[in-house]
Amino acid sequence: MRALVWHGANDIRCDTVPDPEIEHPRDAIVKVTTCAICGSDLHLHDNVMPGMEKGDIVGHEFMGEVMEVGAEAKSALKVGERVVVPFTIWCGECDQCRRGNYSVCERSNRNKALADKVFGHTTAGLFGYTHLTGGYAGGQAEYVRVPMADRTHIKIPGGLTDEQVLFLGDIFPTGWQAAAQCDIQPTDTVAIWGCGPVGQMTIRSAILLGARQVIAIDCVPERLAMAKAGGAITIDFQEESVVERLNELTGGKGPEKCIDAVGMEAHATATLDSMYDRAKQALMLESDRAHVLREMIYVCRPAGTLSIPGVYGGLVDKMPFGMAMNKGLTWRMGQTHVNRWTDDLLNRIQEGQIDPSFVITHTVPLDQGPEMYKTFRDKRDGCIKVVLKP
Amino acid sequence: MALYDRSSAGDNLARGLGWFSIGLGVAEVMAGRSIARWMGMEDKTNLIRAYGVREITAGVGLLALGDPKPWIWSRIAGDAVDMATLAAGMENNPRAGNARIAFGAVMAATALDVVCVQKLHREEAYYRSLPVPDYSDRSGFPRPVSAMRGAASDASIGEDMRTPRILRFQSATGPAQSQSAQG
Repeated sequence: MRALVWHGANDIRCDTVPDPEIEHPRDAIVKVTTCAICGSDLHLHDNVMPGMEKGDIVGHEFMGEVMEVGAEAKSALKVGERVVVPFTIWCGECDQCRRGNYSVCERSNRNKALADKVFGHTTAGLFGYTHLTGGYAGGQAEYVRVPMADRTHIKIPGGLTDEQVLFLGDIFPTGWQAAAQCDIQPTDTVAIWGCGPVGQMTIRSAILLGARQVIAIDCVPERLAMAKAGGAITIDFQEESVVERLNELTGGKGPEKCIDAVGMEAHATATLDSMYDRAKQALMLESDRAHVLREMIYVCRPAGTLSIPGVYGGLVDKMPFGMAMNKGLTWRMGQTHVNRWTDDLLNRIQEGQIDPSFVITHTVPLDQGPEMYKTFRDKRDGCIKVVLKP
Repeated sequence: MALYDRSSAGDNLARGLGWFSIGLGVAEVMAGRSIARWMGMEDKTNLIRAYGVREITAGVGLLALGDPKPWIWSRIAGDAVDMATLAAGMENNPRAGNARIAFGAVMAATALDVVCVQKLHREEAYYRSLPVPDYSDRSGFPRPVSAMRGAASDASIGEDMRTPRILRFQSATGPAQSQSAQG
């Protein structure tokens, strides 16, 4: 089969690789009909996320048709069913899964010993996202093996297109959880850094959950235009001061809720601290560029909440933690517990409350994936979300 | 917003110049005295070491900080300073021949810098000439935003995702304020 394969920094290729096979009775094999490049895939492409190995198949946002089902998954899945696969693999049986904390499933990471050492305690296995999270083959491919498939799936009813439901596997519930864990109140101002795909979903989620005012911060004109279409007041950080504008929009008090939809690769040259981070990152003295975190801590209203769906990989430097402590900020973060939200979100899509396909700007065959990684990374050609067709 | 393509010919040349900058900079810092002696300009040893730091900074900027154009322009400015220093150092210099060789090398590097920055500006002009897509109608909602605000306020969100009641912002006249006033 053909798949997008990681070969090193800035080097993802469309290779021919062996077809996946059932390895465990709970597995299923899914024929991918549609997949997407996620912003967090760029961290792998740029080689800032440790734990990749040459030959790894990438991709964790995908859907398709069930082709084969292991003996222990047959009660939950049937050949021919259409499923979206969540990026977090979950067993449904461990303490964390029973609490709904699927992204920290205790049993799905087959490299648990390694994760225990690095993180203290393991988190869930993820598709196509480093050996620290299991080293599972990803979904930017023609076929995928889905471990623990009796749990790790979202069944899709007829009448909905792939494009409408694909993002249930990652960015839609990620944006939703980012907003939900802020516990948005009707009086709240919610500021969201980053108008990439997760930022766009977060904006819509914050509006649907009833935020009085949603403010989106970015510097790419077409992304800001899309954010505005979704109901956000926009701030172009290259044109105006984020701090001054947020104060102006909140009567000088700052937003109650701040959401980081950027993560570890904040714009490298916009501010002095970003340049400092980038230089340290290049010299391997720091792994993450944390400008957005620093700015959120500074602007957030005391007793406010910071929500962090943006992916961080390791160590950050110069974190004003004293400021966060003294302001009494609440921090909410983590990978998304995808299946906790998807029944509700699928209903909302079916009811027509939202159509997540609005974010798709490019649709290309799988073999054009490597080139689209570069287009997406460089934000060229108005690229916001790339969908691939194997 | 600066536009650039981190896989283009101009960008590849800029990266090459970045590595060259770092190599030259390290040599100037580590062997500043030897270089100065070879050019007959031993009184400029510290200056050459400072130029080395400048080269390393430009190299890191070119390799790590996104848009390479400002860094190539900084290299061109640095080349001008280098040439001025070398020209001034040739007078009454028994090793003026070596200084002239160094001057020629700097001129060659300047030519590469100029070619590079021209390529980069041409590439940016090309990207700027492309039509900017209009996403201003992509709300994702079936009705105007004003009608969708709060449409999911009935969503089932677990208590573990909620802010504990005691940490929520209280109304200005609510019980929390009076309790804190008493406290």
